[in-house]
Amino acid sequence: MTDFNQSCPIPIADYPHILLAHGGGGRLMNQLIERMFRKAFDNPELNHCHDGACLDLPAQRIALTTDSYVVHPLFFPGGDIGSMAVYGTVNDLAMCGALPLYLTAGFIIEEGLPMETLWRVVQSMSHAAREAGVSVVTGDTKVVNHGKGDGLFINTAGVGVLKPGIEIGPRQIREGDAILLNGDIGSHGIAIMARREGLEFETALESDLANLSGLVQELMESHLPIHCMRDLTRGGLASALNEIASTADLTIEIHENQIPVKAAVRGACGLLGLDPLYVANEGRFIIILPEEDAEPCLSILQAHPLGAQAVRIGSVRKKGTAPVELVTPFGLHRILDLLSGEQLPRIC
Amino acid sequence: MRFVDEFRDPERVHSCAAEIRSLTTQPWTIMEICGGQTHSIVRYGLDQLLPDGLTLVHGPGCPVCVTPVEMINKAIDIASQPDVILCSYGDMLRVPGSGRDLLSAKALGADIRIVYSPLDAIKTARANPGKQVVFFAVGFETTAPANGMSILQAAREGLGNYSMLATHVRVPPAMRAILTSQGTRIQGFLAAGHVCTVMGIDEYLPIAKEFHVPIVVTGFEPLDVLQGIAECVRQLEQGRAEVSNQYSRVVRSEGNPHARRVIEEVFEIVPRNWRGIGTFPESGLGISSKYRDYDAESRFGPGPPTS
Repeated sequence: MTDFNQSCPIPIADYPHILLAHGGGGRLMNQLIERMFRKAFDNPELNHCHDGACLDLPAQRIALTTDSYVVHPLFFPGGDIGSMAVYGTVNDLAMCGALPLYLTAGFIIEEGLPMETLWRVVQSMSHAAREAGVSVVTGDTKVVNHGKGDGLFINTAGVGVLKPGIEIGPRQIREGDAILLNGDIGSHGIAIMARREGLEFETALESDLANLSGLVQELMESHLPIHCMRDLTRGGLASALNEIASTADLTIEIHENQIPVKAAVRGACGLLGLDPLYVANEGRFIIILPEEDAEPCLSILQAHPLGAQAVRIGSVRKKGTAPVELVTPFGLHRILDLLSGEQLPRIC
Repeated sequence: MRFVDEFRDPERVHSCAAEIRSLTTQPWTIMEICGGQTHSIVRYGLDQLLPDGLTLVHGPGCPVCVTPVEMINKAIDIASQPDVILCSYGDMLRVPGSGRDLLSAKALGADIRIVYSPLDAIKTARANPGKQVVFFAVGFETTAPANGMSILQAAREGLGNYSMLATHVRVPPAMRAILTSQGTRIQGFLAAGHVCTVMGIDEYLPIAKEFHVPIVVTGFEPLDVLQGIAECVRQLEQGRAEVSNQYSRVVRSEGNPHARRVIEEVFEIVPRNWRGIGTFPESGLGISSKYRDYDAESRFGPGPPTS
């Protein structure tokens, strides 16, 4: 496999920017696919150069997921749209308890995007895919008119394999289960917002974007009876808990003072009038499993770099007045609801 | 975080709540003026710590909520015109006007941008000389100085493409309106700490005296709110009605003279319609005639009829 790094020279020098013709099916598109995508993602399945990839899967059951990435800016502290498009989909497979194996990649490119930008993104995807142990086996390229896209959108779909007997999902959670979280929340959303809005903080804040699959595979190998896992992407911890509790028809109770939040994130949220419980993450997830298995699970999490700060944040109760209840640092209860829409900075 | 963590300390919060419970011998009804205080009460569940009979009534101090429908309609109308960029605070965008909100207007193509400071709107005006940039300025006396600064800055730079749709409101006339409304239950106030940071406490002295109500200038962290309630209850129990300052780490009794000068320079006191409440005399700040050129209402003419 070719070794890629940020210094790899851009393989297409004819045009410094993407043209509509790069998606037009002719020689330029061929060049783009051959010199950029195939070079970066090089693997036997892709090299069949067919309309689709044919895969031999070592399992009866597979997990399948898809996600589209429209993040702006394309590059942010701690990551970029390319690594996010790989890790995001890999993490969704991992949350099903699956071992991620294959990805597809669909690129919707706005005419005029610098070729160098696309190359940086593709290299980053290639690097991320290798780290996550997945192959990008088929893809698609479309170019849209200038002004009809936001530079670059990426869709990835992923296939992972499940060991027999694994049933992980919100309907599996039970009254009395413990809820664990692998680290501090809110860094991704605040890092993106700070970059997007040109906000400057004294402390440099990086996205928590990470490949969670390795850590999840360790958990799966431990044979702990995990009932549910969920990565805390859009809508943050509060939304994920609400979705799970509503699906399970149970109530989740969490303790606010157990939830780690970096001082920089707390400060930024305070200034902007945001609540870190609703801010997006890209490398944080919760695990719901029986109370008696919480401690061994925490030990595994804490021994891994992506779980060093892992904590227990709450438990599952029988259905109460609301899907999610928050115990404030003063031992008082309040409902932790879904947001009506996007979280907006408050003046009031 | 200094000045935050010590005001969220569970031990101090519980000890202050215990003090309130021991002070309270009879039912009292207190209004916290500011939406920021209400947010803190609900966010931390502070009302659960209060003794039975001690009632908090949430006040009108949310500038977003009290912005009248006709001004939102006007903002939507201006934003929907060609070559206009409308800037506002994030939570203003989802408040409905007669038909729709600014988020929907944005979805239909209006160029509406969230800003964190009016000076960001000034930057937008500088960067887009071919467009009219309108800042939809809501807020109490707290935000008025910074918003006023943006007009002064625009005037200094000769930024002819900047204007402001101003719907500022003032706290003291609203307190008077509440106290004079029929059947009012309010016996004491937590005044809004940030408003007093700018305005000081003098304008509350006649209200406390005239209506015999304690007014406690109060901050926004959980311990601030509870200390404000404790002081208010203490005064009520002792039959006193004074203006006192719980938020002394931020509020000086004379306020912020520089900020007040900006308000006096740029704005004038006008009657204002408060959404859901009605129109009170002298309850708003409008752009003064000296800066009429920067007033979006005069630049864009009358808005659509209110329905």
